[in-house]
Amino acid sequence: MSKVQHYLKSFLLWELLLGLKLTGRYFFKTKITVQYPEEKTPQSNRFRGLHALRRYPNGEERCIACKLCEAVCPALAITIEAEPRDDGSRRTTLYDIDLFKCVYCGFCEEACPVDAIVETRVFEYAFETRDESIMTKEKLLAHGDLHEKQIAADRAQDAKFR
Amino acid sequence: MIELLLSFWDMVPAGLQTLLIIILKIVVIVVPIMLSVAYITLAERKVIGYIQVRIGPNRVGPRGILQPIADGLKLILKEVIIPTNANRFLFVIAPLLALAPALACWAVIPFNDGWVLADIDAGLLYVLALSSMGVYGLIIAGWASNSKYAFLGSIRSAAQMVSYEIAMGFALVGVLMAAGSMNLSAIVESQAGSFLHWFWLPLLPLFLIYFIAGLAETNRAPFDVAEGESEIVAGFHVEYSGMAFALFFLAEYANMILISALTALMFLGGWLSPFQGIPGLEALFSFVPGIVWLLAKISFLLFLFLWFRATFPRYRYDQVMRLGWKVFIPITIFWLLVIGVGVMAKIGPWFD
Repeated sequence: MSKVQHYLKSFLLWELLLGLKLTGRYFFKTKITVQYPEEKTPQSNRFRGLHALRRYPNGEERCIACKLCEAVCPALAITIEAEPRDDGSRRTTLYDIDLFKCVYCGFCEEACPVDAIVETRVFEYAFETRDESIMTKEKLLAHGDLHEKQIAADRAQDAKFR
Repeated sequence: MIELLLSFWDMVPAGLQTLLIIILKIVVIVVPIMLSVAYITLAERKVIGYIQVRIGPNRVGPRGILQPIADGLKLILKEVIIPTNANRFLFVIAPLLALAPALACWAVIPFNDGWVLADIDAGLLYVLALSSMGVYGLIIAGWASNSKYAFLGSIRSAAQMVSYEIAMGFALVGVLMAAGSMNLSAIVESQAGSFLHWFWLPLLPLFLIYFIAGLAETNRAPFDVAEGESEIVAGFHVEYSGMAFALFFLAEYANMILISALTALMFLGGWLSPFQGIPGLEALFSFVPGIVWLLAKISFLLFLFLWFRATFPRYRYDQVMRLGWKVFIPITIFWLLVIGVGVMAKIGPWFD
């Protein structure tokens, strides 16, 4: 009996009609496309985008050249050189992040004892030459200055979970 | 002004006059076909997008309606690369051989009562002959490319076309027996009455087989083994680029429209109104010209093409062959016998 049934079913294209019914239903469903440049999906405050170096409110840079971020970086994307500044405090003379190597894991941010290196919400950037892929200390600090308000707000929101 | 033109027209020799009129008719048929081919590509992307819960192309022009123009411009501007070891003459002529039969078939398609370029009595034979010609373009393209994938693709398409041509031919024989004529206009007229008089009902198995074989003939999903992206890259047209590549696509979509038009003519009553014979509705819709009904039927069948493509995975190659030889041909032969009995017994309302 089941053999006859199976034969009839395949002969009458039964399963194919069921498939058509399913896709036909989806034809009328609400579309879920996000029209990117005009519409954007919501971002988490923990979003890990382009890096930045932060400053204290008095303008002093936070980074103390402890090199924990350089040590923890799994992609070896961070290069740091440091020596004492004129006032005797230890500061970096070189702080480079190679964005081609970086995997945006956020370990540098987690390792940082003074919340200096952070990853911001910025993810829409592009390079036109290869050397633009290196985030130098100047670029990192400038980027941090530009987005400090957003960065501080995001850290404050996340503070109780850290 | 018009009198001047008319007097000028009278000066043209009679032979040239007929030629000019025929060329004008061809232009009137071919230009809308090419335009609809362009817009079926957009409709395909939109319909498949909608079924996949996307919205499809919407960037070029309002809601994407200029997308086919942009695509066409891009393809025209691209370089036509001819592979070093290809047979240059055949390589260039193959896309034309694929496209020309698809367009030539339209000569015998009646768009309305009497609206036909060539009202020949062997219309059905002409269609059958020319629609099989298209495969030469594919075979030659595969051969001339001098590439393994292209060659495999063209062999597949040749085998597939030959298998499905038989089932298709038998389906046409069924229509021929039911209508008692090979003239497409006469076939449509013999379906007059109501939508129950159309041949889809008495020839239901042949109708389904003709449409499915049509899918196979046009190398559309789920029978697109000749392209088979996942197995043989793009099949017969791997080596083609630019406008030569575009011609293959034009041919494929023109064939789709052709198969839909033929199905509409032979099984769905062509230009006849579906409300014919229904009191009240018939009078209500009598203002609609026949060509609108024909276009509506063609559009519906084209939508089925797209719907199938969005729904079904590709057939395995041996299953394609099995379906063609072991299922379709026996069913069509059996149904020819049924029609024969029906015609002999004059079973109404179709065969009386």
